[in-house]
Amino acid sequence: MTNQSIWRAPQVSRGWWPVFLRNLLVWRKLAIPSLVGNIAEPLFWLVAFGYGMGALVGHVQVGGTQVPYILFLASGSVCMSAMNAASFEALYSAFSRMHVQKTWDGIMNAPVNLDNIVLAEMLWAAFKALFSVTAILLVILALHISHSPKLLVAWPVLLCVGITFSCIALVFNALAQGYDFFTYYFTLFLTPMMFLSGVFFPREQLPGLVHTLSDLLPLTHAVELVRPLFMGQWPAQPLLHLGVLAGYTLVTFWVALALTRRRFQG
Amino acid sequence: MRHNPPVPTPLLQANRLCKRYGGASLAVDDLSFEIASGECLGVIGPNGAGKTTTIRACLGLTEPDAGTVRYLFPGHDGVLEMPRDTLAIKAQLGVVSQSDTLDPDFSCFENLLVYGRYFGMRAADLRPRIPALLDFAALVHKADSKPGELSGGMRRRLSLARALVNDPRLLLLDEPTTGLDPQARHLMWERLQVLLQQGKSILLTTHFMDEAERLCSRLLVLDHGKKIAEGRPRELIARHLEPEVIEVYGVGAVALLDSPLKAMAARVELSGETVFFYTHNGQPLLAALAAWPQLRTLHRPANLEDLFLKLTGRQIREDG
Repeated sequence: MTNQSIWRAPQVSRGWWPVFLRNLLVWRKLAIPSLVGNIAEPLFWLVAFGYGMGALVGHVQVGGTQVPYILFLASGSVCMSAMNAASFEALYSAFSRMHVQKTWDGIMNAPVNLDNIVLAEMLWAAFKALFSVTAILLVILALHISHSPKLLVAWPVLLCVGITFSCIALVFNALAQGYDFFTYYFTLFLTPMMFLSGVFFPREQLPGLVHTLSDLLPLTHAVELVRPLFMGQWPAQPLLHLGVLAGYTLVTFWVALALTRRRFQG
Repeated sequence: MRHNPPVPTPLLQANRLCKRYGGASLAVDDLSFEIASGECLGVIGPNGAGKTTTIRACLGLTEPDAGTVRYLFPGHDGVLEMPRDTLAIKAQLGVVSQSDTLDPDFSCFENLLVYGRYFGMRAADLRPRIPALLDFAALVHKADSKPGELSGGMRRRLSLARALVNDPRLLLLDEPTTGLDPQARHLMWERLQVLLQQGKSILLTTHFMDEAERLCSRLLVLDHGKKIAEGRPRELIARHLEPEVIEVYGVGAVALLDSPLKAMAARVELSGETVFFYTHNGQPLLAALAAWPQLRTLHRPANLEDLFLKLTGRQIREDG
């Protein structure tokens, strides 16, 4: 018998759904307190930083349009929140279920394969991102920062952003030996990306080489997609940005699956 | 037309399994065994003997380097084979793993409900079945408690109830009573006996020889990944051991090894400060031992533990 390659094609079926539902049922018990946090944090963030800094900065130039700083910030930080929410869930929470509680081991004794568990965790982390994003969008609407009908388009786009970042995070989840490992991921990868992707200030401020680097970051493309929608415009190059996000998603999901299979085989 | 006695169809057939984890030695080395329908097969062996690897291979959680694991479920057309038919096989299995994998965030009731969904069962079909499962596990009064609020024995019984949620044909139990107090262990044994009476088949690993003797119709003794003995518990004892054992301990016991008493036993073993005399008739030896009143003696029938220690040795294993 030859051992199966960890790089074999994903074998997914509807088996992912009860795993997703399991996470949903646990979360439902904590949803109301977490909703408070999910609304309060962006509220404080936007009010303090947006109005405070906004008074100093005034308007920001985006593609030939003058935009109030708070709109600039809100459209960037909603992407950042999608990234952070998906990353937290696919790292700390998924790792707890996988490694600490051995929930995945229990599930695999039932007729659910590892591929479906990884898929369920990926979609679950993306759902958590969508939940955070929705809370922020409500804050943005309540504060009259934007009321563009195109926010309805931004919503599914932000779900895609959550999917991308949960796939990336699951790669690191598969490699982790403990929670400490995730600190590196956040401080060495996500935090620099936050500053290089045009969340807080326009990327035009970045020096040449760094600007080129920022062209490669997934968060850059998320912001480039979402910010025009907040301004009531269509993104200039939607296919490019969606293509980059899709590329990151497909490659990292495959790698995450392979590394998770390697972790569980033996 | 000849009438042959009905041959019990095996439910599980493991054929020449080999598994190596990186290191030089094999975790499982050319291991073959079968489980018949309605049978309880016990797998015993020291730590590191390959018990858990064997269960993991039966579950398709580890892929053997060689050999096959097949299942022949009555009423199911054809042979199911790992890893090709993993999901179809698991639909018919119930598993209690060595460490609990219960969901700490769910109550006992919810644990069973959520686990049943993994088998594709609908909540509406599951809800009416859960009270009976909780009753079986003697956990009706704990239906709304979370696993963290349960004792070790209750958690193991909840794990067992969870393994029964799909009404499996075969249960794979990896050390289901390790760490339990005697009361909890006896309750677990009683539940497992009920399951056997209902016609379920069980594969059980254990370190408790009384558990193996009480529950298992057949035993597989593993050491260093190899099968070193197989058979019914009493038959194995009769085959490998003298029927009686006299244990002697106390000041001067070790000196008996150089005394004429040694010739009165079929076999003599020293473990620490205790001398074990294995004999077919203990009475003459006991009478002779009366000359050493300071020594303490224990006369008993040979048991599975003696067999186990004879086959696998008395030295402590590195990971033991």
